[in-house]
Amino acid sequence: MAEPVLAAFRGRHLLSISDLSADEISGLINTAHRFVEVSEREVKKLPTLRGKTVVNLFFEPSTRTRTSFEIAGKRLSADVINISAQSSSVLKGETFKDTVLNVASMNPDALVIRHPSPGTPLYASKIAGCSVINGGDGAHAHPTQALLDMMTIMEHGKSLQNIRVSIIGDVLHSRVARSNIAAFKMFDAKITVCGPKTLMPPDVGSLGVRVTHDISEAVREAEVIMMLRIQTERMAQGLFPSLREYSAQFCLDSRVMKKARPDAIVMHPGPINRGIEISSEVADGPYSVILDQVAHGVAMRMAVLYLLCGGAEQ
Amino acid sequence: MTGRMLITGGRVVDPSSGFDGVADVLLENGAVASVAPSIPSDGARVINAKGLVVSPGFIDLHAHLREPGDEYKETILSGSMAAAAGGFTAVCCMANTKPVNDNGSITRYILEKASQAKGARVYPIGAATKGLEGKELAEIGEMKQAGVVALSDDGRCVMNARLFQNALRYASMFGLTVVEHCEDVNLAKDGVINEGEVSARLGIKGVPAPAETVVAGRDVEIAAYTGCRVHLAHISAKETVSAVRAAKARGVRVTCEATPHHFTLTEKRLETFDANFKMNPPLRREEDVAAIRRGLADGTIDAIATDHAPHLQWEKELEIDQAPNGVVGLETALGVSMSLVLDGTLSLGAMIALLTNRPAGVFGLPGGTLARGAPADVAVFDPEKSWVVDPHLFLSKGKNSPFAGTELRGKNLVTIVGGEIVYNPTDL
Repeated sequence: MAEPVLAAFRGRHLLSISDLSADEISGLINTAHRFVEVSEREVKKLPTLRGKTVVNLFFEPSTRTRTSFEIAGKRLSADVINISAQSSSVLKGETFKDTVLNVASMNPDALVIRHPSPGTPLYASKIAGCSVINGGDGAHAHPTQALLDMMTIMEHGKSLQNIRVSIIGDVLHSRVARSNIAAFKMFDAKITVCGPKTLMPPDVGSLGVRVTHDISEAVREAEVIMMLRIQTERMAQGLFPSLREYSAQFCLDSRVMKKARPDAIVMHPGPINRGIEISSEVADGPYSVILDQVAHGVAMRMAVLYLLCGGAEQ
Repeated sequence: MTGRMLITGGRVVDPSSGFDGVADVLLENGAVASVAPSIPSDGARVINAKGLVVSPGFIDLHAHLREPGDEYKETILSGSMAAAAGGFTAVCCMANTKPVNDNGSITRYILEKASQAKGARVYPIGAATKGLEGKELAEIGEMKQAGVVALSDDGRCVMNARLFQNALRYASMFGLTVVEHCEDVNLAKDGVINEGEVSARLGIKGVPAPAETVVAGRDVEIAAYTGCRVHLAHISAKETVSAVRAAKARGVRVTCEATPHHFTLTEKRLETFDANFKMNPPLRREEDVAAIRRGLADGTIDAIATDHAPHLQWEKELEIDQAPNGVVGLETALGVSMSLVLDGTLSLGAMIALLTNRPAGVFGLPGGTLARGAPADVAVFDPEKSWVVDPHLFLSKGKNSPFAGTELRGKNLVTIVGGEIVYNPTDL
C-alpha cells in the first residue's frame, strides 16, 4: 500500500467498519501481516510507539480483546494502561463522559473503549482529543474483530472479493456479526446468516444478507463458516427453549461439516461454548482456524495502533 | 392591566368560529369582548399586529413540568414561562411527578404553584392508578374536586385491561377523559429506538410498532364497549392512525394527539446515537411520519401536543440506553407545526385548530377560542419569521431539543393570558 494511504490513518479514530474504505482495510491487513513475524521473534518488540500511551478503558469484562490490545501495544513499546470501569454510570456515580474526560486529561495517544452500550466510542471520540478505537460497543460494532477475521481468511489463502461467508448463531445481539457483515459487503461477499428467527433482527434483510434457518444449507456453499457465541441468558428472555434444542438445530458438529466444502474454514470470535454452538471435534479439528484468529488479533491491533498513533511517521 | 387591550390589524384566525380575516380584537376584563374591523382604542393598550397572525392561545394537552420532585429539570414556573414563550396559554401537566399526582393534596400543591406562575395557565392531569403502578385506581373523585382536568398514567401504560376498563367507567362519572400511553411493556422491553432497519444495523434494542398498536386496539375496544371516552397520547405508528380512524368511523369516543417530533423526524436521526432524539414512543419510519401527517390533515388526529419532557444536558449525554426518554417541545411546537402549513399538509386554520379549539374540546377546557366572553387567552405570531433553534435561549430549563440548529419558520411574539401580557420580548 502506498505511504499516503498509510499516513491518512494518523490521528484518526476506528469506531466502525464504515470509517474505512476497502483500500484501507486491505492496507491494514497488509500492515498486520508484516507484524505477524514480530510476534514470532525471540525478542518480540519494536520501538515504534515508544513514548506513546495507550489506555484500555473497559466497561465490561473481556479477556481476549483487552489482552490482545495490551500485548499489541507493548510489542510496539507503547505504555499500556488498563482501566476496568463499572459499566453503569448510575452505579458508580460518575458518568461515562466524566470518566472519558478524566482519562483524556492524562493525555493518552489512543483510547481503546469496550462498553455494553452502543455508540459510546463514537461519543468518546468527540470529547477525548485523541484517537479512539472501538473495542466493542454493545451489539453495535467490533471493528478490530472484523479486521482480524478478514486477515485470517487472507492468511489462509483466500481472497476477500466475492467470498461466500456464512455467519451462524445469535446475530441479533452480535457486534461481531454486524461489523463482519459491513466489512464483507465492501468486498461484494455473498453473506448468509443463519440462526433461530428470534435471534435475528426483524429487519435482518435490510443488512443485505441472505437468511436461512437451516444450518446445513448455510454451511453447504460457504468458504468461511463464522460461528457466534450463544449466551444462556437469551433462554431466560424466551428467545429459544433450551441449550439442548439450540444445539440440536444450530450446533456446528461433524455431521453438519460433512456438508461443507473441503476448503472451508471455521471461525469463532470466542469464547466458545463447546457442545452448544460448536462441537469439540470441529473446534479442535482441521477446518478450525479459531486460534489463528487470536494470534492475528495481536498483529491486527498492532497495525491499528501503529497507523492511528502516528507510527507511520517513522 | 386587566382593563382593555386592543390587538389591531392582524390576520385573526379563530377556528372555533371559522373566522379568518384582518380584524381587531378587543379584550376587556380578562375576556374577549369583540372581534371586528376598526374597533376604536378608547385608551386601551394597543398591540399593532399588522402582518401577524392573531390566534386563540395554544393549549397543550401533554407536558411534563417535573414539579414536585424534579425541580432541577423544570418547575411549574419555568414550564409555564416556556409554554408562554411558545404561544401556549394553557398547558396540561402529567402526573408522573415525585410524589405522583394521585391524590388531592398533590393536585392542590400543583395548582398553588400554578397560581404563582406568570406564564401559561397550568392544568394538572391526575394519575389513573395509585403511584402509576397500574394496580389500584387513584383517588379520582378527590382529584377532580381539587382540579384535575384529565387522568393518565403517562410514561406508563395501564397494562391490566380490566383495571383500565374500570378507570374509564369510574372516570366517566366525573366527566374526566382518561389518557393512555399505549405501550405493551413486554413487547417494548428494554427497547431504545424503533425496531427496524436502523436498530438492525446499529445493534440498538428496538421497540416494535405493535407495542403501541396492540394497546391502542385494546383501548378502542374498551372505549367502544363501555361507551366511555379515551384519549391516546403521542401516537407514533401508522397502524395506530388507521385504528383511530376506523374507530371514529364506527362512533367510538376516541381521540388522539401527535407530537411535532413524530410528524417530522424519523428513526434515521438516531444514527449518531444522540439521545436528544430518544423518546418514548420512539421516532419511527418515513411511512409512519407520512401517516401521522395524513391523520392530522383528515381530522383523525385531534391535537398537536408537545410531550414536553425536560432533562438536563448531562442526563442526555449518558449512554444511549441509559439516557432518559423525552425531548422539550413547548418553544418549538409552533415553528415545527408551521412546516405543515408551508408544505400544504394543513391550512393555517387547520393547524391552529389542532393547537386551540380541538385540544380544548378533548378535555373540555376553557379557551381555545376568540368567542365573545371566552378567556382573553391570545397568541400573536409572525408566520413568516425564520429563526434557528438555539436551546440555550429557551425559557425552559430543558435544552434537550431534537430541533437544535434547525431553521424554522413561524415564531410567537406575544402571549396574553386572561387579558395580561405574559410574553412580549419584542415590545409590541
